[in-house]
Amino acid sequence: MSGPLSTAGETKPWVWCCLLVLAVGLGWLMQAQGLGFYLSMLSRMMIYGLAACSLNLILGYGGLVSFGHAAFVGIGAYTVGILITEGVPSGWIGFPAAMLVSAVFAALIGAISLRTRGVYFIMITLAFAQMVYYLVNSVKAYGGDEGLNIRMRSDFGFGLNLKNDLAFYYLVLLCLALSLWFMHRLMHSRFGRVVLAQRDDDVRTEALGFAVYRYQMVLFVLAGAIGGLSGALMVNQQNYVNPNLMHWTQSGVLMVMVILGGVGTLAGGLWGALLLLTLEDVFAEYTVHWQFYVGWILLAVVLMAPQGLAGLFKRRDQEGRHG
Amino acid sequence: MTWILFLEQSLNGLQFGLMLFLLASGLTLVFGIMDMINLAHGALYMVGAFLAAWLAELTLSFLWGVLLAVPLTALFGMVLEASLLRSLYRRDHMSQVLATFALILIINEAVRMIWGSDLALSAPAALSGPVELLPGLKYPSYRLVIIGVGLALALFLYLLVTQTRMGAWVRAGASNRDMAMAMGINIQRLFTLVFGLGAAMCAVAGAMLGPLLAVQVGMGESILILAFVVIVIGGIGSIWGAFVGSLLVGFVDTFGRTLLPHLFRELFPPQVAATAGPAAASIMVYLLMAVVLFIRPQGLFARRS
Amino acid sequence: MKAGRLLALSMASLLAASLVQASDKVKIGFVSTLSGPNGALGAEIRDAFNLAVKLNGGKLGGLPAEVLIGDDQFKPDVGKQLFERYVKRDKVDFMTGVVFSNIMLAGLPEAVGEKTFYLSPNAAPSPIAGKECSPYFFAVSWPNDAYHEAAGQYATTKGFKSAYLIAPNYQAGKDSLAGFKRYYKGKVAAEVYTKLGQLDYSAELAEIRAAKPDVLYFFLPGGMGINFIKQFVAAGLNKDTKLVLPGFGADQDIIRSVGEEMLGINDTAHWALDLNNAANKKFVTEFEKEYKRLPTVYAAQGYDTALLIDAAVRGAKGNLDDKEAMRRHIKEAKFESVRGAFRFNTNQYPIQNYYLREVQKDAQGRLVNKIVSQTPVLANHGDAYVQDCPMK
Repeated sequence: MSGPLSTAGETKPWVWCCLLVLAVGLGWLMQAQGLGFYLSMLSRMMIYGLAACSLNLILGYGGLVSFGHAAFVGIGAYTVGILITEGVPSGWIGFPAAMLVSAVFAALIGAISLRTRGVYFIMITLAFAQMVYYLVNSVKAYGGDEGLNIRMRSDFGFGLNLKNDLAFYYLVLLCLALSLWFMHRLMHSRFGRVVLAQRDDDVRTEALGFAVYRYQMVLFVLAGAIGGLSGALMVNQQNYVNPNLMHWTQSGVLMVMVILGGVGTLAGGLWGALLLLTLEDVFAEYTVHWQFYVGWILLAVVLMAPQGLAGLFKRRDQEGRHG
Repeated sequence: MTWILFLEQSLNGLQFGLMLFLLASGLTLVFGIMDMINLAHGALYMVGAFLAAWLAELTLSFLWGVLLAVPLTALFGMVLEASLLRSLYRRDHMSQVLATFALILIINEAVRMIWGSDLALSAPAALSGPVELLPGLKYPSYRLVIIGVGLALALFLYLLVTQTRMGAWVRAGASNRDMAMAMGINIQRLFTLVFGLGAAMCAVAGAMLGPLLAVQVGMGESILILAFVVIVIGGIGSIWGAFVGSLLVGFVDTFGRTLLPHLFRELFPPQVAATAGPAAASIMVYLLMAVVLFIRPQGLFARRS
Repeated sequence: MKAGRLLALSMASLLAASLVQASDKVKIGFVSTLSGPNGALGAEIRDAFNLAVKLNGGKLGGLPAEVLIGDDQFKPDVGKQLFERYVKRDKVDFMTGVVFSNIMLAGLPEAVGEKTFYLSPNAAPSPIAGKECSPYFFAVSWPNDAYHEAAGQYATTKGFKSAYLIAPNYQAGKDSLAGFKRYYKGKVAAEVYTKLGQLDYSAELAEIRAAKPDVLYFFLPGGMGINFIKQFVAAGLNKDTKLVLPGFGADQDIIRSVGEEMLGINDTAHWALDLNNAANKKFVTEFEKEYKRLPTVYAAQGYDTALLIDAAVRGAKGNLDDKEAMRRHIKEAKFESVRGAFRFNTNQYPIQNYYLREVQKDAQGRLVNKIVSQTPVLANHGDAYVQDCPMK
């Protein structure tokens, strides 16, 4: 990326449209061929992709290395899970609730964390995520560390049965498309320009008169909300949620997806998720040690792509490195 | 709570804190001097434990297992540093986090491929009974040995850092690396040595804790987080901070695990108390960190100028 | 886009790997904990199950048996994914294997949702015995409470005045202490729930020392139990406190790891190595011959599960598609169990005897669990939840 405002190298809109049409068609084809299991797998990958894209919002665009993002995904999942368990299966209530609750948590966590910098920010976000993890673990009423099984998927009415693999796939596709479109519009707005500016040099941006903290807060909350949406989809896909979803290692996995797919690009998280999860499944068929190979691939990507990451973070980080 | 119980729990907290210190000290040095976040530090702890278990089985002696595992792990650490990690010093924290996260995956699986998912490690039979410290207070002798070893190593590290030339370099490097380089200190060699030292400490902790906790793949991840909390509380780059921080966390964790459930059991039914207690205890540690960061953002004993 | 192309290639290879198999065999999905500190338990069930199939010429019920084995790594979400894969992709006829109730509860909906039978060689939690019973779930082991009820009965008979109770904080743990208290008439000094998977018990042991109970009863399966007993002995508590355990807490795997300190410990179980029937004699002899170690209750249950499948498929004459008929045949349980008399209750949980055992040395000087008396502590015992189950 040659500058915050450049659209060179960005995928043109018509390519996105084609991809969307292809995705719709692929789903129908798979269902017709009786490949429901694989359609379900693809849905799962796309949900992770959405979660990774929401992380990319603060990581790639905002330059904020948050190790606690998985917490928002988990919060969204538990919100929907708890609502369904308590007899409120309506998706029209559940999904917005998931996004709202995640946003609130993001506001609380962001309010404190964003006052810190560098490694302290990383540690604080991690600490908060662990706190949420332990808290949820202790609420035995909703399963604790055994997790929460839900009997049915969210109900959106209109005769839409989400137990049908294809219907669910279309829902995921819809959420993904809407979220990506939203993020695209956001980053191309005035708000987005300020965010990119503060990523590259927050001191200068502050000096120009922008309240960087406020922009970061809004970004953090939005990312949290979209993370919550992915969580709502995830609990539906698995009919199950457990606190492990919020563990810091899961945040690490999301980060890996973002890096693999291309940090700072719109759908980098999505491609990274598809790639990583497919690699996992493919390797897992042949060897139980697939993490070994994935680890090497990841290491190679990090070590041999100096521009990709360093260029994005260099100026911001030097503040912490002097002295 | 009786005096005996309090004393016994204090010893437990001390034991845990000292083992944490062994990990945290290496971590804080690496972070302080090389400015590198090393998530794979927990993996070194795991490698140390596995080597100790494997060698103890081979030599039929726990002591030899530990004594051999320590230099081997240090060597492994130094090789790792010289080959892969060196290229990360100049990179941003994000890259370091990701690269070392990848290393965790690689090392975890490599260990699993070589030794399987877990190995048995038993304390020497001579230490499998208790010692009567006070009438009514019988404390496991093995844990006393851990405390002894932990204190000895803490003292050793203190002397190393304050009384030796290498220690002076380490302190210089921790407070201002560029200045230290300008003063002619061979930074490359220092880094490798520091890393090796950190790895050795991890190995001791891994080997000593092996009989108590299980020697299994993934054992590094849970203790790594606590080690990071410790160094953030203590101040990055400060060994004294790591010591104080470790003991603080050790005591808060141990007492939290018992005092809080006690309290909760008076107030709530057992099942609620049982999870609320330990959950609150775990949260306490993070709360402690948050409070410290709020009051003194760079940690209690930060050495950065 | 490179990622896209790679994705397409990978999907294609996955599809190829799962071409539909022929249906003239019995497919079984076996998910269990095969790694980590508790991996020994899953391995016991798996080994015994495989032994039964092998002794049967690689067949169950006359059809060649294909057993797909997966490791849940002690994680409910991994277990659930394995269930989903075996049930939906590989379309197995039976699921079995899980050791731990929390993992089984996560995976069970997958099986039930696709009308696949789950025959549990271990986990048998109380909710599924009662209100949430399912026609697709059969417990081939014992109701989670049973060992503990027998132990509670024994503690009452022995006259212990105060009992200190410990279990991990999950469904089976809660069931265990509830079961003990149901039959124990003395005073409960404390009821402590530890974290599932916890390995360091120094804090809890300090508490026990301070409480000075007559008897300590704990339910800590696998690596948890091994660590606890070792630390219990290291803290010198074995001299002051009497230990009573549920059967698997003092079983061969624990004995192997802890050693001589186990002598004299009493425990309750529905099976023992020296239980006197032909099927058991054959099982113990063959297991020791094949695997060079003595079997635990987990192995006995795994073996019985295979025998049950064999009997059911035979009874159904190889028709695996008629689920209703298969259910009837499983429920009939017309097989020679290693524990002697075995039958299912209306909620598809077992009704059987529970005996008192003690760790002693056998003729060869090995440490084994022997039956103290052929009179069971609890005879023809079902479970306390059967009336809540609507199945008849």
